[in-house]
Amino acid sequence: MSGAVSGGPLLSVRDARVGFGTVRGLLRAVDGVSFDLQAGRTLGVVGESGSGKSVLVRSLIGLVGGGSGAVVGGQVLLEGQDLRGLSAAGLREVLGRDIGIVFQDPMTSLNPVMKIGRQIGEGLQLNRGLDGAAAARRAVELLAEVGIPEPERRAVQYPHELSGGMRQRVAIAIAIACEPKLLIADEPTTALDVTVQRQILDLLQREQRQRGMAMILITHDLGVAAGRADDIMVMYAGRAVEMATTREIFRGPRMPYTEALLRSLPRLSDVAHTRLSAIPGRPPDLARRGMGCAFAPRCTYRSDRCETEEPALTRDGARGFACFNPLAAGSRVVA
Amino acid sequence: MTDLLRITDLNVEYPVGGGRHVHAVSDVTLAVRHGETLGLVGESGSGKSSLARALLQLPPPQRGSVLFDGNELTQMRGEALRAVRPRLQMIFQDPIASLNPRRRVAEIVAEPLIVSGVRDPAERTRRVRAVMEAVGLDPDVVWARRPHEFSGGQCQRIAIARALVLEPKLIVCDEPVSALDVSIRAQILNLLEDMKARFGLTLLFIAHDLAVVKSVSDRVAVMYLGKLCEVADSASLFATPAHPYTAALMAAIPEPDPDVPLGDTKLKPGDPPSPLDPPSGCRFRTRCPHAVDRCAAEVPPLREIAAGREVACHFPLIG
Repeated sequence: MSGAVSGGPLLSVRDARVGFGTVRGLLRAVDGVSFDLQAGRTLGVVGESGSGKSVLVRSLIGLVGGGSGAVVGGQVLLEGQDLRGLSAAGLREVLGRDIGIVFQDPMTSLNPVMKIGRQIGEGLQLNRGLDGAAAARRAVELLAEVGIPEPERRAVQYPHELSGGMRQRVAIAIAIACEPKLLIADEPTTALDVTVQRQILDLLQREQRQRGMAMILITHDLGVAAGRADDIMVMYAGRAVEMATTREIFRGPRMPYTEALLRSLPRLSDVAHTRLSAIPGRPPDLARRGMGCAFAPRCTYRSDRCETEEPALTRDGARGFACFNPLAAGSRVVA
Repeated sequence: MTDLLRITDLNVEYPVGGGRHVHAVSDVTLAVRHGETLGLVGESGSGKSSLARALLQLPPPQRGSVLFDGNELTQMRGEALRAVRPRLQMIFQDPIASLNPRRRVAEIVAEPLIVSGVRDPAERTRRVRAVMEAVGLDPDVVWARRPHEFSGGQCQRIAIARALVLEPKLIVCDEPVSALDVSIRAQILNLLEDMKARFGLTLLFIAHDLAVVKSVSDRVAVMYLGKLCEVADSASLFATPAHPYTAALMAAIPEPDPDVPLGDTKLKPGDPPSPLDPPSGCRFRTRCPHAVDRCAAEVPPLREIAAGREVACHFPLIG
């Protein structure tokens, strides 16, 4: 798929930084993250709470900053255009036209006092120049496309009249209405039950493939990432600590944190009462970061150097890991 | 093994205005045996948390019997119920919200001792210190601190200490690791297993995450819209689910392995019905791939289809 002009990446992020001023000093929520996303690919961004995954992605599209007292740095190129250099109006235009967003909780991301058909059509009128009647017709088509029965009737209902799963379908219809090149899904199924989660993830994947969109899928659930992402970026304490194809991440992680996470998961293949390999300790306080690797206090492979020096993300071909004592290439996590 | 807890024909209803009621739990009969961990699985609205609260009489159920350790809890009130409570404790999903933010950790853990009449302060201090050490908290460090100074995982340790301090027989764990990060979840699951062995506990473990449930449970019960679908030992249930809903749940699990193909839930399209207005007959029939006319007309009773395997389905997948 060739979305980008010169065969380069659709999205290119360089040294993204987000800091929040707190009474205890600068909290570096995102600390120098760089990655590329090719057209049509799905990048899974995984990490625990506080790892910076949501802040990173929201900062890319200007949702962090402004009045929040955040300090935002780095470069964000969408098809070569630097989003950080755009005016508010310019950014709004790009967001409406080229980037769709689905948030975790559709109850708070939808407007509770606007009929859902109008919410879907709004972007089409603003960004695609459709008149009201054409936007309304297209909204009904989109509702049908995302699997909502009786779309004509649903289009004139309000969000509270729909179930959680249906609301998330509406949110997806809004996100894809203007045929974006990039879809950002921030924990899109975390608020949903497992059988509904499956339906919503299937829908996202189908739309993404049909439209050739690129997708950033933010999730804390390694199972969701395993089934849906082409590539995975693992974040810890505000940094990207490992980047690789999904298969490489799950079959042969290089970064000890990734390995430890995979080992700590309960597996359906284990018999009951199998002892889990817990990771000792807990993630660091980002306002009181030491000088070394943030994972070092919990890492079984740490050496003296890990406590005094922060490892940069080193590249090994297409993959990268931030570790002085990486696991050998081709090592397997026994599932 | 004998039963420590026996729930018979339990019904829990909540008024929702306009004279209507949510039937959160309908005619559930279930036993928990001495020393086992019974996993209770279901999606939101399945009634699993309502069931847990009803058996602790929080609030008492509308109908049915809860026989715990020789006591019929539904017939007990006030002082008599308080006398049984030390043997029956609960751990909640949100460890931070379930701890009083104004109290110090030592006071939180000691509170059940005070309520149950342990008057000697030295005795309380000794027991609080012992239980803190058991759950991996350093009494000298945490003693005078307050919950906001701790992470979610540490707060859950405090909640577990509070539940253990009276040396209960049964602990009801309602989604005890759902609010915790992956790297902390394994610590708490291991701790629960250790405590179970050390104190000879019986656990009713409620969760929506099937991999977590399988990891800790000897037997598993599956609920859907207030009804039990299936009860079986953990290994059989996961190897050969008998109820189509159990099979759908298992197929929907996102496995953390890119080489495991996504399963087919075989569910009919559509969302779960509202518990306010459950379908007639079998409540799962609106999503069930095998549903026929009989499923709308007749409620399938929970029946034994093999030794230790019960299923509420007219057309179970096995047997």
